[in-house]
Amino acid sequence: MINTPDQTAQKVAASLKKRYAKEQRFKLYGLLAVAFGLGFVVFLFSTIIGNSLSAFHQSEINLSVTYSAELLDPDNTHDRAVLEDADYRALVKQSLQALFPEVTERASVRKLVGLVSERAESQLRERLLAHPELLGHSERVWFMADGRVDSYLKGDIDLSLPSDERGFDDEEVGFVKSLQQKHLTRRVFNANFFTTGDSRQPEEAGVLGAVRGSLLTLLVTLVLAFPMGVGAAVYLEEFAPRNRLTDLIEVNINNLAAVPSIVFGLLGLAVFIQMFGLPRSSPLVGGLVLSLMTLPTIIIASRAALKAVPPSIRQAALGIGASPVQTVTHHVLPLALPGMLTGAIIGMSRALGESAPLLMIGMVAFVADMPQQLSSPATVLPVQVYLWASSPEHAFVAKTSAAILVLLGFLLVMNLAAVIFRNRFESRW
Amino acid sequence: MTISTTLLMLMAMAYLWYLVGRARSVSVVGGRSKASELHSLPAYYGSLCAVWCALPAVIVLLLWKVIDDPLLLKWVLAAMPEPYHSLTGNERELLINDLTNLTAGHSNSSNPVLLAAAHHWQELRELSREWLTAAVITIGAIGGAVSLWRIQKNLRARPEIERLINVALILCSMVAIVTTVGIILSVLLEALNFFSKISPLAFMFGTHWSPQASATDDVFGAVPLFAGTLLIALIAMVIAVPVGLMAAIYLSEYASRRVRSIVKPILELLAGIPTVVYGFFAALTIGPLLRSVAESMGVSMASESALAAGLVMGIMIIPFISSISDDMINAVPQSLRDGSLALGATRSETISRVILRAALPGIAGGILLGVSRAIGETMIVVMAAGLNANMTVNPLQAVTTVTVQIVTLLVGDQEFNSPKTLAAFALGLVLFVVTLLLNIMALVIVRKYREQYD
Repeated sequence: MINTPDQTAQKVAASLKKRYAKEQRFKLYGLLAVAFGLGFVVFLFSTIIGNSLSAFHQSEINLSVTYSAELLDPDNTHDRAVLEDADYRALVKQSLQALFPEVTERASVRKLVGLVSERAESQLRERLLAHPELLGHSERVWFMADGRVDSYLKGDIDLSLPSDERGFDDEEVGFVKSLQQKHLTRRVFNANFFTTGDSRQPEEAGVLGAVRGSLLTLLVTLVLAFPMGVGAAVYLEEFAPRNRLTDLIEVNINNLAAVPSIVFGLLGLAVFIQMFGLPRSSPLVGGLVLSLMTLPTIIIASRAALKAVPPSIRQAALGIGASPVQTVTHHVLPLALPGMLTGAIIGMSRALGESAPLLMIGMVAFVADMPQQLSSPATVLPVQVYLWASSPEHAFVAKTSAAILVLLGFLLVMNLAAVIFRNRFESRW
Repeated sequence: MTISTTLLMLMAMAYLWYLVGRARSVSVVGGRSKASELHSLPAYYGSLCAVWCALPAVIVLLLWKVIDDPLLLKWVLAAMPEPYHSLTGNERELLINDLTNLTAGHSNSSNPVLLAAAHHWQELRELSREWLTAAVITIGAIGGAVSLWRIQKNLRARPEIERLINVALILCSMVAIVTTVGIILSVLLEALNFFSKISPLAFMFGTHWSPQASATDDVFGAVPLFAGTLLIALIAMVIAVPVGLMAAIYLSEYASRRVRSIVKPILELLAGIPTVVYGFFAALTIGPLLRSVAESMGVSMASESALAAGLVMGIMIIPFISSISDDMINAVPQSLRDGSLALGATRSETISRVILRAALPGIAGGILLGVSRAIGETMIVVMAAGLNANMTVNPLQAVTTVTVQIVTLLVGDQEFNSPKTLAAFALGLVLFVVTLLLNIMALVIVRKYREQYD
């Protein structure tokens, strides 16, 4: 049966409503997808920033400390070595017992002393060694509070749990409350977080060690990957003849860009550590692995930058008698350099966030010292995040989020630098 | 004398030779005014001297570093009395370990023989370093001097330098091949070593995985790992493909230019976030959140679940899918769009019946690349998926993946050559081959598609 034009018009009119509704639904799906993505970005950042806030503050406890000569230097030797080895924990214990004279039971005393961070010992030792005349005198000192006290004061400990399940029992809560009543607690900016390395104690742990490890690793990566990447790109783009070998190289580069990063870790473990015997956990090996990983990124970006230089520049240089190498080094490279550097910065920011291959080569070891050399054991920021995230103590959640913020801060700076660089120096033809 | 000071000295000397060579080339033709009679610019003659001073010396230095430690160790052991002298195998390794620790000052020993050997080793090392410096400096001096002697009016210095530059550039681009060969060789050799101890069939088709327990055939069945990996990748793609694709469609076909310019970079932020951050988020926020939702609905859920890991991984892949889809949608010629709209199709009809069909091969390639990423992704699953090798398709349970097991087997103290460590390389081989195949497939599909419209 053939429809008359009228019938067709009716059919179309009848289906139009449905089709428009479908159109609206389709549009809505798209909007929902975008909203989902944006919502997740907001959720992610707000959670991490929210979690991290408490890590930038640290609770402190004020105690009156007597540098008692009987405890520190019983034989009255006035010898520096004796003062260095003395038991400063005893001083803390003494002043806490003076505050809580009713506490005598051993277990309770241990809990009392546990309120103050272990950092107190080295703090007192340094103070006394710097001012030996204080021996026998007393003064008021602010001590870093233990991580659990800190969590309690920030309201991170769920008090509805039974006393013995929350890792911070009613007796300890009572001690802290009485300290609070006497105005012997305060909250200060946690500068320690930015100036120290890792620690088993959450209140003492800082990111500086990991930041230095990351910088050393990135230094190795940059020094190796940038010249090699630029060299490879220049060869492939400017000099290479079209033949099997160059095809093979190109296929390889494209493939390497998509190989899972953990496989590079296996390469590093088998070749650099087992075969060449380079030191495990070192920024040197980490940088080597990451440079192989970022090489494809840098090569691809550098080739794009070289492609963007117009052929007329090359023709002009060749026309006035420059050799091909001179053409490239004197004219093409300087023009392509901003694009190459932008690519290098993006490659470096990928390397900075990478952790899986570094787990393979042992950069997950607990390293409390600052890495000094390329061959000394170190960890990097993302791996530090991983290590803290796997720690059971609650206080490490805030530390982890804060370390993530530091990491994201570095990434932001690098990417901004790349954008500014591109806008400022890249010429359009 | 450390290596770095030796290198610094060499660099200073190379610079000196550069100056000397440049001056010499000018004086050969009789002064600056006649420099144009030279074949090349004076700087090239200087560079020639510098390169021939530094290059052979650096090669010697590298070779020396490669051979000197094993050689010295051999001498030290040879000089030791019986029974140390004729130890073999593991005992020899232990002895070497002891000596290494002693010379590094990490341990104390009262054994006079060991102390003497360590001392001997230390002395030989000092000696080696001194000789190395002397050798490097001498070679540098000879190289520079020979080049200086070669300088004449007609010496073709520039082509020679350019040939060297060319060789260096070729070497740089060979690094990509060397890396691939290195990956294949290192993973393959260790995997073959593993398969000589454990049957490949038991590995590929066995269903029981617990390598921590013992080292027999039946604990290395990797099927649960493959199943877990696929489950998580599937969940990730179920999230990433519709969301990424719809977001790309909305942004390229519906959104105004302004919305696009704001929203697109924000979505791309997701691609720049390190995976360890996603892992932390999956383990600490999404995991507990899903669990409490499930429990409020009366469903029990493991605290480490495939769902949490897959969900977050899917979100990580969204920008990847959406940027590839965006490229592919934009590559569809405008004439197709106009033709469809002119026939009276609505926008959504145009998109789903014309644009998506035209862009499908490219999008499929992008999805394959996304799958390859999901399979190779490590940190999210390490932190959020769990360690127990369960064979399950229930996304609420904990599963483990290939990458998680590689990390678990290789992190921490380990002895090389145990089946446990080698199993990680066998898993790495599977991972490498599978992702390679996916990448090649994706590239082939995308390339075929591109030929249609260009």
